[in-house]
Amino acid sequence: MDADFVARLQAGDSGAFEALVRRESGPLLRVARRFLRSEEDARDALQDAFVAAFKSIGRFASNSRLSTWLHRILINACLMRLRAQRRHPEEDIEAYLPRFLEDGHQVEPSLPWTEPDDFMLRDLVRSSIDRLPEQYRIVLLLRDIEEMTTEEVAAALGITANAVKIRLHRARQALRTLLDPHMRGTTR
Amino acid sequence: MSQRPYLPCREIIAFLADYLDGSLDPAARAEFDRHLAVCPSCVAYLAGYRSTIRMARLAVDADSGDPPEELVAAILDATSRRG
Repeated sequence: MDADFVARLQAGDSGAFEALVRRESGPLLRVARRFLRSEEDARDALQDAFVAAFKSIGRFASNSRLSTWLHRILINACLMRLRAQRRHPEEDIEAYLPRFLEDGHQVEPSLPWTEPDDFMLRDLVRSSIDRLPEQYRIVLLLRDIEEMTTEEVAAALGITANAVKIRLHRARQALRTLLDPHMRGTTR
Repeated sequence: MSQRPYLPCREIIAFLADYLDGSLDPAARAEFDRHLAVCPSCVAYLAGYRSTIRMARLAVDADSGDPPEELVAAILDATSRRG
C-alpha cells in the first residue's frame, strides 16, 4: 500500500476515501455475502465496516496491508450481525459425522470420489456449506475460506483455540458427508 | 515383523486434521501411515476430506459481482456524515 495514500486517508482526504471504497467494496461485499444469508445484511455489514474503518483509520499501522485491515473489520461486522440475529433451530452435526463399530472400524466404509467438473460443483458445495449448523459454518468460513489462523478465529469468536480446531474438523467432516453421495456418482 | 495392533479407523479420522497440518509427532504420524497402508477406507476418507477443503475454496473463489453504485453512494454518505 502506498504510504502516501494512507497518509491522505489519515488526513481525512475524502477523495482518497472514495477511492478506497470503490476499490475494496467488491471483494469485501463478496466476503460479507458468504457469512450473511441476506443481501441486505451483507450490504449493511459492508457499510458498518467502512464506517468503523473511517473512524479508526488514524490507528491503522502502515506496516500492515490496508485490504487485510479492512477484511478483519468486515469480518467483525459480519460476526456482530450474526450474533444479533435470532438463532433458528439447527440440525445436530452428529448426524453428519462418521459412525464407527465397537472395534473402531467405520460402519460404512469410505469409497474413492470421482469429482465432477468444478463448475458443476460450485452450487452443490455452496448449498452444502449453507446446511452446516451455524457455529460450524462460521468456523469453516473463517479458517478454510478466509484463511484466518486458529488463534485469530478463537479471538474473533471468543472461544478457545482447541474449540476452533474441533469445530473446524467437525465442519469439514460434515461437509464431506454432505458431498459424499454426489462424489460417488449416486444421489441421496 | 511388527505385530503391533493398528490404530482403529476412529482414531485415524479423529486426528485427520492434525495429520494434514503436520502437527502430529513423528511416532503418531508413523502409526497413521502404517494404518493408511492397509486401510483403503481411511485412504478414501482422507482423500475426500482433502477434496472437501479444496472444493470449498474453489466454490467461493468463483464469487463475482460488484457492489451496486447506490451502495457505494450510501457508504460514502454514511462516512461523510460521521466525518
